[in-house]
Amino acid sequence: MSARSTMSIHHRQARAAWMFLAPGLLLLTIFTAWPLLRTVYLSLTDYNLLTPPEWVGLDNYRELLADPQVMNAFGNTLLYAVVVTPVTIGLAMLFALALNERFFARTLVRTAVFVPFVVSLAVISIAFRFLLDPNYGLVTHWLSAIGLAPQQGALAQPHTAMAAVMLVGVWKNVGFYMVMFLAGLQSIPRELYEAAQLDGTSRLQRFRAVTLPLLSNQTMLVSILAATASFQVFDQIKVMTNGGPAMSTETLVVLVNRVGINNLEFGYGSAVSVILLVLILILSLAQYLYFGRRQVRY
Amino acid sequence: MAQRTAVRSRGLDHGLQQAWKIALTIAMVAIGLVMVFPIVWSFFTAFKPNSEAASASPTLLPQTWTLENFVEIWSAIPFAQLYGNTILFAGVVMVLSLTFDTMAGYALARFEFRGRTAAFIAIIVMLMIPYQAVIIPLYDLVHSLGLGQSMAGMIIPRTANAFGVFFMRQFFLALPRNLEEAARIDGANEWKIFTRVMLPLTTPALLTLGLFHFQFNWNDLLWPLVMSNNIAGATLPAGLALFAGQHVVEYGLLMAGSVLALIPLILFFLLIQRTFVAGIATTGLK
Repeated sequence: MSARSTMSIHHRQARAAWMFLAPGLLLLTIFTAWPLLRTVYLSLTDYNLLTPPEWVGLDNYRELLADPQVMNAFGNTLLYAVVVTPVTIGLAMLFALALNERFFARTLVRTAVFVPFVVSLAVISIAFRFLLDPNYGLVTHWLSAIGLAPQQGALAQPHTAMAAVMLVGVWKNVGFYMVMFLAGLQSIPRELYEAAQLDGTSRLQRFRAVTLPLLSNQTMLVSILAATASFQVFDQIKVMTNGGPAMSTETLVVLVNRVGINNLEFGYGSAVSVILLVLILILSLAQYLYFGRRQVRY
Repeated sequence: MAQRTAVRSRGLDHGLQQAWKIALTIAMVAIGLVMVFPIVWSFFTAFKPNSEAASASPTLLPQTWTLENFVEIWSAIPFAQLYGNTILFAGVVMVLSLTFDTMAGYALARFEFRGRTAAFIAIIVMLMIPYQAVIIPLYDLVHSLGLGQSMAGMIIPRTANAFGVFFMRQFFLALPRNLEEAARIDGANEWKIFTRVMLPLTTPALLTLGLFHFQFNWNDLLWPLVMSNNIAGATLPAGLALFAGQHVVEYGLLMAGSVLALIPLILFFLLIQRTFVAGIATTGLK
């Protein structure tokens, strides 16, 4: 084939590729990349939708560092993420290991564990709120039967309210990560276990020497997804507590929605959003660096 | 003697194995029940008369079954409108996003061209950005395009998805290399190769990603909440959340609405469950 016709094939291929790529890439640029840049820009302005943005430099950030409600939302978000992320991942792995064994009703249990991922968190949070209602809630009723009923209901007190929205967060996502771990478990070659068994290893040793390293790809992906999801928590908090009582469950996204959208403080709200972006950036980088060198191939 | 001990210990092993299996079964069935409990409770409560739903000594099962909640919900709030909005939002977004995600993923996986690496990195970066963190300029942008408080404004920003592009790229990468070569030698044009040769192979991936998109948009709260300033313009989760905020005591009614909102997704999932799980197992999520 002559050099010239090879060139034209390459050229035609490149043109076709860009035709396929263009619509998606264009939409993503307009509705994801541009808003990202604009969040950073707006965070340096005073803006409320009615008058054009007015440049104020770092004023929003100065204000934000001294603002107790921002520090509160930041702390709540971190607390939520630090508890919910590892608990969800650990339970998901445990469930996957259990559901990889053969037992009666395994398929049904798999479906039951996964179903919460499919249903609307906002809608089911209405049910959770009623279950925890101080007067009429079934769970409150059961808790009081064993003497554990919180006064005025679990959602009226800071610690129990936070615990409740955390539990709902774990409940919602654990099944999805379980399925990902299960897919990983099933892709591990059987011979590896058989070989390890012939060497006289125990169940626990096989888990540590075979399962865990060969699941590291899934573990990386799941921990990135779980941690990012934790930082974005909104739905169950909005419905169950609306950030209360006394802002004890107000997270960054809830705060951005309240201050940025409801109060139309676009500049200040954007500055709060930038904190969220930085958190997620640090997280992605850290996980990339940590897991990047531990990836296992076989 | 040694042999007999070995036989006996094998018997013991078997007994232990059996006990372990029973314990595992009981534990996992209990966990399964806990996981579906809120959904099952919603279902039963939807059939309770209001006096029972808001009773000081609540029970799991209704004592008298009634359909009144399922009748009243349609007039208590503009429920039909919410339903229509949600089907429109989740449906249109799913179809358009599947189209654009698949095309872009195909380009990144099966073509070599200048700028491919840069485009892929851009996709990965956008994959990491949660829409919640850029919602203010997004809201501002949609309003300045004159699409505020409209279904179009709610839909258009969702019509391409970085995760979807990534997911489809991984899927296309896993397909055999020489698939399109034969068609190219036969002189088929690129669009034909894509629609006739490649697309038929993507069904499991499309179903999986389709469920992802559909459930994400059907379920989403923040974006529809921000984009609608009244119940009638919202989707089911946003509308029910707004209604729940105003009418705290109408438990049975709200649960009827919730159950009707949850049913399509649960059915959708149960129908394609196998493909969905296989889709997660065979694509980039590995």
